[in-house]
Amino acid sequence: MDDATIDQLLIIGGVLGGLLLVAPGLIWLERRMLALWQDRYGPNRAGPFGLLVVLADTLKLFFKEDWTPPFADRFVFTIAPGIVVITVLMSFIVVPFAPGVIVSDLNIGLLFFLANSSLGAYSIILGGWASNNKYSLLGSMRGAAQMISYEVFMGLAMMGVVLLAGSFSMHTIVEAQKDMWFVIPQFLGFVIFFIAGIAETHRLPFDIPEAESELIAGFHSEYSGMKFGIFFVGEYLGIILISSVTVALYFGGWLGPDFMPPLVWFILKTFAFICFFILLRASLPRPRYDQLMEYGWKILLPLTLLNLMVTAGIVLLNKGI
Amino acid sequence: MVTIYIDNTPYQVKPGKNLLETCLTLGFDLPYFCWHPALGSVGACRQCAIKMYRDADDKSGRLVMSCMEPVSNNQRISIADKTAVDFREGVIEWLMTNHPHDCAVCDEGGACHLQDMTVMTGHTYRRFKFKKRTHVNQDLGPFINHEMNRCIQCYRCVRFYKDYAGGEDLDVFASKSNVYFGRSEPGTLESEFSGNLSEVCPTGVFTDKTLKQHYTRKWDLTMAPSICQHCSLGCNIIAGERYGDLRMIANRYHGEVNGYFICDRGRFGYEFVNAPARVRQTTQLGQPVDEDKAITQISELLKNSKVIGIGSPRASLESNYALKKLVGETNFHKGVSRQEQALMELAVSILNTGPVRALSMKEVEKADAVFILGEDLTNTSPMLALAIRQSVRQQPLHEVNALAVPEWNDAAAREIIQQKKGPLFVATVAETKLDSMATKTFRAAPQDISRLGFAVANLIDPSAPQVSNLHEDERAMSELIAKSLLASERPVIISGTSCQSDSVLKAAANVATALQKRNKNTGIVLTFPESNSVGLALMGGNPLEEAFQKVKSGNTDTVIILENDLYRHSQTTLVDEFLTKCKTVVVVDHSQQATSAKAQWLIPAGTFAEADGTIVNNEGRAQRYFQVYEKMNVKESWRWLTNLGATAGITPMQSWKNIDHITKALAQEEEVFRGIERVSLTSDYRMQDGQRVPRAPHRYSGRTAMLANVTVSEPKPPEDPDSGMSFTMEGTRAMPPSSMIPFFWSPGWNSVQSVNKYQEEVGAALRGGDPGIRLFEASATQSHYFNEVPEKFIAVDSKLWIVPLHHIYGSEELSAKSASVAKRVPLPYLMLNAEDAAKLGLKEGDAIEVAVGGDQLRLPVKVSASLSMGVAGLPAGLPTLSFVELPAWGLVKR
Amino acid sequence: MISIVRSLWLVFLHMFHKRETVQYPEQKNKLTTRWRGRIVLTRDPDMGERCVGCYLCAAACPVDCISLQATEDETGRRYPEFFRINFSRCIFCGYCEEACPTYAIQLIPDFEMGEYNRQNLVYEKKELLIDGPGKYPGYNYYKVAGLAIGGKGKGQAQNEAPPVDIKSLIP
Repeated sequence: MDDATIDQLLIIGGVLGGLLLVAPGLIWLERRMLALWQDRYGPNRAGPFGLLVVLADTLKLFFKEDWTPPFADRFVFTIAPGIVVITVLMSFIVVPFAPGVIVSDLNIGLLFFLANSSLGAYSIILGGWASNNKYSLLGSMRGAAQMISYEVFMGLAMMGVVLLAGSFSMHTIVEAQKDMWFVIPQFLGFVIFFIAGIAETHRLPFDIPEAESELIAGFHSEYSGMKFGIFFVGEYLGIILISSVTVALYFGGWLGPDFMPPLVWFILKTFAFICFFILLRASLPRPRYDQLMEYGWKILLPLTLLNLMVTAGIVLLNKGI
Repeated sequence: MVTIYIDNTPYQVKPGKNLLETCLTLGFDLPYFCWHPALGSVGACRQCAIKMYRDADDKSGRLVMSCMEPVSNNQRISIADKTAVDFREGVIEWLMTNHPHDCAVCDEGGACHLQDMTVMTGHTYRRFKFKKRTHVNQDLGPFINHEMNRCIQCYRCVRFYKDYAGGEDLDVFASKSNVYFGRSEPGTLESEFSGNLSEVCPTGVFTDKTLKQHYTRKWDLTMAPSICQHCSLGCNIIAGERYGDLRMIANRYHGEVNGYFICDRGRFGYEFVNAPARVRQTTQLGQPVDEDKAITQISELLKNSKVIGIGSPRASLESNYALKKLVGETNFHKGVSRQEQALMELAVSILNTGPVRALSMKEVEKADAVFILGEDLTNTSPMLALAIRQSVRQQPLHEVNALAVPEWNDAAAREIIQQKKGPLFVATVAETKLDSMATKTFRAAPQDISRLGFAVANLIDPSAPQVSNLHEDERAMSELIAKSLLASERPVIISGTSCQSDSVLKAAANVATALQKRNKNTGIVLTFPESNSVGLALMGGNPLEEAFQKVKSGNTDTVIILENDLYRHSQTTLVDEFLTKCKTVVVVDHSQQATSAKAQWLIPAGTFAEADGTIVNNEGRAQRYFQVYEKMNVKESWRWLTNLGATAGITPMQSWKNIDHITKALAQEEEVFRGIERVSLTSDYRMQDGQRVPRAPHRYSGRTAMLANVTVSEPKPPEDPDSGMSFTMEGTRAMPPSSMIPFFWSPGWNSVQSVNKYQEEVGAALRGGDPGIRLFEASATQSHYFNEVPEKFIAVDSKLWIVPLHHIYGSEELSAKSASVAKRVPLPYLMLNAEDAAKLGLKEGDAIEVAVGGDQLRLPVKVSASLSMGVAGLPAGLPTLSFVELPAWGLVKR
Repeated sequence: MISIVRSLWLVFLHMFHKRETVQYPEQKNKLTTRWRGRIVLTRDPDMGERCVGCYLCAAACPVDCISLQATEDETGRRYPEFFRINFSRCIFCGYCEEACPTYAIQLIPDFEMGEYNRQNLVYEKKELLIDGPGKYPGYNYYKVAGLAIGGKGKGQAQNEAPPVDIKSLIP
């Protein structure tokens, strides 16, 4: 085995291990941050800063009864939570953490990311359908509609970046931001991408498939124990994914002054967006389902198309000169 | 029917009643104190004020007391009128000026008519600033507690005690707001009906002292409809339980049987249920054994040995029938002596196949001439004595009617009647409490009482057998009785088994039969020794002596004794011999007694409070009593016997799962019990919404704490397989069917006065009809006279004809085991005629030795002026006296 | 849109606000006297048991977690023979205190009643009865009730006239 292969395996192991460690850590982070913004302390008893609450939560999930309802479609019910984790982890293949720290710099990187996040919708649809419960099914129907719709705007919003960088490769896109982060020329694209990202991860305020207060946890009503835990992990991985892709596409990826290594820059920027995700949860109420769809199709779609056309025009103009 | 307008709404009502009972019948909530449905109106408390208008144009109207105004056509009244409402509130406010701040420590609280009426009128705050009047209490004996401070001077107590029940030792003293209701000096209340004061008193002046010893509020009691077990009249009662003990007996209204009252033996005799001498565990030779093991072993005996069964007149029909099925018809014995069995069967045949109808107590109250033969009713069947106290008013009431005074106008009616009384003839061995009411009394030996009866029958109908050698006094007496009976409209002849003489019963039957020929309204009432004597007599079976014979001749080695103390029905030596000869004695009973002490197997049966069953009263009315609560290890006798039978493989018993199956089988098998399955609703009966009838009121407290000391996890409440009632407060809060009323309650009416809401009209039958089914009616076709006129009783020197004398407290087995009643049980004595006593040189209290029925007794002498020469009285059934077959000749010695 | 950004900002600023949390076992909150916590049975100023066993608390209890048995001493003073509260059922609604006519049952500001064994939450009279009048000093039910008890005969309560001489006919 040559050094390159070993390096490659190390990167794969590092990314996988890192993500799976960080994802549950976000439980603690989210609860601490929410508490912070609600004038509380959050978990602060178990271990230093309450960090062991992560362990406690994981243990609890492991020891909970792993119950499959007798009326559920057993096979589908079991694999559904796995799908979301697998598809999100697959997306990380194309995320450039630092120069050289990328599992595979595919030249169709963004398309690969889009493809995988579309597949993630199956997790929700299958989970809700297999539960054989009307609330779960309602939740998964909402989820499907929401994710497919916002996929469209997300893809279109990213096209602005692709136009400017001239490549679908994430690595190339980051490199293209040496002089200026794309957030400046593509501010509108960034905003739409981020909104679509929230909808993709069905995080608050767009947690319409779960909608605790109306659908009593929606597509995962029937899930308990570690199956529920996997859904949970999938959601946090989604947050990290959207945050890191945002950083890569609009905030110059690992680029930053030299006093810190590029990986640290990337992690710091990603962390900031994760915190922003939590801030959204702490402050915004959930829109109605129809409001969400209306907002997507009637506002975001025209805006993205406009953004795309203007960007394309500018690019063409620049080329022409 | 006439029309009256209440607050401008027309109602069709019965004329002749007063407005208060009319309003209550119509369902209005109108407060009252001094009025009582059984006692009538006196208009003393001013609480039931309403507005009455001259006509539709009269706008001002005038205040009247609704209890004093008769209903008339097109009457216009208002209950809601402001003046009337204010007046009623004002009256309560005055009453409350002296009422103490006692509710928290008052036994009436929560079931208090005064509380209900105060809330109903809206009075809340005492504005009167001056001092409260106080009174000193009296000790009124073991039954009734006295707390005079609480009195509101409604006079109901003395009106009941003196006017209605004929008591003489409770009265009213002093004047104005100082009036005092009590005895002239502290002491036990003498009346047999004193317990009713606790229900008649609208507040807590007179309360149940036995309840006070284990006090529980009415809302905390688990209650069930039950039937009194202490005599043959079958009064309807409510039995209440808390924390596994029976706490209280209250009257349960029955329009035909007991009405609003019960006697003290019934009310206070319940404590035997809680007594330490209860059988609470299956035992073999005194050692506790597992009940399944016991069932298996005893059922082995059933299969492998010759078994006889001994039934009981105090056990339910179901239990006796289960025993009969278990051992087979020929091996079933009634558990009473040959003499008693013959008397019971004779009495039942008089009622069943004779021409005269057996009357209910309600009908006795309406009778206008009464002839009692041989029965000291106050002591054998107390409530019948109370009914007779009302029937002597029937003839004088004609005068009241003639003056157009309504009968319910009590003060006026009593003023008109004064001391006048209708014809009542009491022919008994010794003096009775009814003597003071009697037109004439007759004291003689049972034979002579019988002869008097035969003579009366002969005078009424010459085709009845003649009596020879009648004494001049007896002839005059019989003529007077015959004349009075013939002159009356609804005569009733009363007799019973208590003087142990078949000829007295026959004489009573002859008088009734003779009268019936002349007057179709004639009635007869016979009393029986125990609560289910009639049911047992109808059941068939052999006398106790035959069981003894079977064991003696070696035909039998095992005996199952059902709820029976044989020592009360036969001589000690005979029973001793019988029990020693038996290889195995199985006793199924609830209380330890002499027989159970000798049993190899002792099985804990339920008392009436822990069991369901049906008993038949003296008029042939089958009535169901319902289990009140579950007690660990204790089961109904019929359930034990059915389990035994099912384990032994006796065919019909394997399919008996609850009481319905047994009553159904009994009704199908025996003609006379046909229809008995309809006595109560079946166990699958549910209220309209599919729920059970709750035994506990909705305010029942402590569910999650009462057993928490044992374990904090609450046990599942027991389920009742035998009735449509639940043991908890879960169930439908609607009015239950009349046979299943566990307690009387209506919104705003927490006291027993809420019974008004359960009646079709005030004082009439319960809604849906009074419960119980009469098993037989007189068959009018037969008219046959008994011809066996006994010989005249002739006193014999040095011998005394000893007859049984009954005592309300003591002569009945179960009530005598209860602590409060035990305090009133007399010491054994021998009652002698004054002349006989003088002849023997004895004074009151001297000891005398009597040899009777093979027993030697040493007893103090009681001298009586009225007992006949040559006759002596011995108390029957006292716990301290052993059984003697009476009447019998006794040899006396100083 | 602006309002969304504004609320995000305002929520973000809460990061720098003072925490509301009281760090319970180390810091303790001040409870007011009418705080509804552990239930006690009190005594009257003469140190007699206030509870007269009237069953009103038990009847008022919506979860039926109070059970008792009234009895009386030889002088006629009523008291509970046993008094049991199943705190594993109690919802601390305070209805029992409201229903109590003698101020005997009171809810006090103490909630630290946790147990590892549920059975230990069943309190009997010896655990409930305290040696003092609790929140209502001075009140003695028997001083206003008409019942005679040891040391207080008929007519000796507050605002009571001496017992009537029934032999007297003076108006």
